[in-house]
Amino acid sequence: MSEVVQPASLALAVSRPKTAPFDWRRAVPLLLAAPLLVYMLVFYALPVAAMLLRSVNDPSWTLANYATLFEDVVFQKTFWITINTSVTVTLGCLILGYPVAMGLVRAKSMAPFILVVILLPFWTSVLVRSYAWMVLLGRHGLVNEALLALGMIDRPIRILNTPLATQIAMIHILLPYMILPIANALRQIDPSLIRAASGLGATPFMTFRQVILPLSMSGVAAGTLLTFVLALGFYITPAMVGGPRDITLSMLIAQQVDQLNWAYAATLSAVLLATALAILAVARKLPGVGNAFRTSMR
Amino acid sequence: MGAGTNGAKSGRGASVTLSNLEKTYDRASAAAKAVDGVSLDIRSGEFLTMLGPSGSGKTTTLMMIAGFETPTAGDIAIDGRSVVAMPPYRRNIGMVFQNYALFPHLTVEENVGFPLKQRGIPKAERAKLVADALELVHLPGYGARYPRQLSGGQQQRVAVARAVVFKPRLLLMDEPLGALDKQLRENLQLEMRRLHADLGITFIYVTHDQEEALTMSDRIAVMNDGKVAQVGSPEDLYDRPDNRFVAGFIGESNFLPAVVRGLENDVVVAECEGTLIRALCPGRPASGAKVTLTTRPERLRFADGAWAGTEAAQNRLSVTVTEAVFAGERCRYMLRAADGTSIVLKEPSSAVIRRRAVGERAEIAWSVADTILV
Repeated sequence: MSEVVQPASLALAVSRPKTAPFDWRRAVPLLLAAPLLVYMLVFYALPVAAMLLRSVNDPSWTLANYATLFEDVVFQKTFWITINTSVTVTLGCLILGYPVAMGLVRAKSMAPFILVVILLPFWTSVLVRSYAWMVLLGRHGLVNEALLALGMIDRPIRILNTPLATQIAMIHILLPYMILPIANALRQIDPSLIRAASGLGATPFMTFRQVILPLSMSGVAAGTLLTFVLALGFYITPAMVGGPRDITLSMLIAQQVDQLNWAYAATLSAVLLATALAILAVARKLPGVGNAFRTSMR
Repeated sequence: MGAGTNGAKSGRGASVTLSNLEKTYDRASAAAKAVDGVSLDIRSGEFLTMLGPSGSGKTTTLMMIAGFETPTAGDIAIDGRSVVAMPPYRRNIGMVFQNYALFPHLTVEENVGFPLKQRGIPKAERAKLVADALELVHLPGYGARYPRQLSGGQQQRVAVARAVVFKPRLLLMDEPLGALDKQLRENLQLEMRRLHADLGITFIYVTHDQEEALTMSDRIAVMNDGKVAQVGSPEDLYDRPDNRFVAGFIGESNFLPAVVRGLENDVVVAECEGTLIRALCPGRPASGAKVTLTTRPERLRFADGAWAGTEAAQNRLSVTVTEAVFAGERCRYMLRAADGTSIVLKEPSSAVIRRRAVGERAEIAWSVADTILV
């Protein structure tokens, strides 16, 4: 929903013309936000900055950490796995989530029920959900047992601790972040547009292609960005259900912290943050997405 | 579209036949019929307006013709062929919505070209037809703009261009001028009439604005409570309303309670406050029946003019002036008859006509031809 636009709208609220004479009433929003801003500054911005600094001043001022990082084969592989997983998970969420969002918007009396079903896993801890997937996907888990019983396989297949397990579990966890922005965009489409399309000779499929899909792109863009950026930093789920050799960036960071390799961990964190920011920046420049982004902020 | 039967396809416009059309939203209560047995024959090339207050079933009827609503009972035939089972996108009907329903993500050109694209018309031909349609609504050169960059009136024209660009034989309009200001509405009313004459196709127009209906339509179907109260030309409805609802809804009417005393050919003689009043009547009411006579405020006169003794002043009534309002082009008087019935009289304002004062006693007169029994 609005999570992805919050930083920008916050910036809008804070910035004001500097030329006007000082007016206490205009400072009220800033004063109201002040406790939170101070809190964020002390407990979030400063530690993050301090940590990021370590990537360039540990042991002395240098960019050597970055130079070695980009030549590091382990990093290259990890980076690739992270991007690959995030793309797959985002696509999976989009393909599975879009129809659900349409169903949610079209359902009348059923809508609250569908919403609860979508949000129910959302209210459960990621840890619990990841354990649940371990139970489901294990050698003697529900999925294997069901496939065996149906005679589709002869002996249990390995799902747990593979990239597939990571993808399945992450798609499950991230689906609400895709569904809700899309549903929100679909709900804002004027129903008379769909009637108009139909009356002007468009079949239901043509109406979807030419009217519903383009008009829901704001939601698709928001959902895709949100899901992708969240997927980039996923740690618990890939660590628990993923393969031992399929290490993501966040797992690598944790590993380095465990080994007290602070400079390397800080460099990795900086790269992860920069990747997320770069994706947001590029996405806003794309003509279609940028437009959608602006309309979703209004 | 498919060929009509019985020469129904003779004109450029489609003929539409509604037979006992019904629509119920709530199955549980039959009382909640949005449309209750509507039968209408709309001729090829006609400009027919469905006029009625909100909740009268006019929009629901239009939506059923377009195919957005399914009738609970009855039939809709276009050019003699039932379309009830046909989805809207196969009916080939042009439609203009109340809020225009322009696609916000498409330019004017793409909006107008939309129906052509669905019909697989190649791009070059599409561009030409779109340009022609925009020319028709006086908006050439606006093709590259987006709907949000246009004024309400311009958006409305684009919606009309889009609805006629694929040359449908039937155009439906659901209060298309409702959101515009009065001046613009009057201009566009004239333009709609011109468009109707140019295209020669059948128009079905829905409005709650009686003035709009009177100025634009060939025929008006007045709707009330899901039923057709009366169908006829604007003159028919104004001069010869069939019932009290039509008399009250179209223009202003005075209603006089009376008791039938006799018949003289086509004219019924009724007693109203001890005075005999003659009225036109299609039926033959029994003597002694309680009836209501109706007459228009502008057809009444104070009975002391030069014409007081003429044929046109056969009906007379004594009244007291209770209110006198000068309204520019005319004066409007509220009068009270002896039994307390309120009567409205409108008189052109003129230097040679004497203004009446409140409390003044007077006699009013009007013609038998302007008196209807409803």
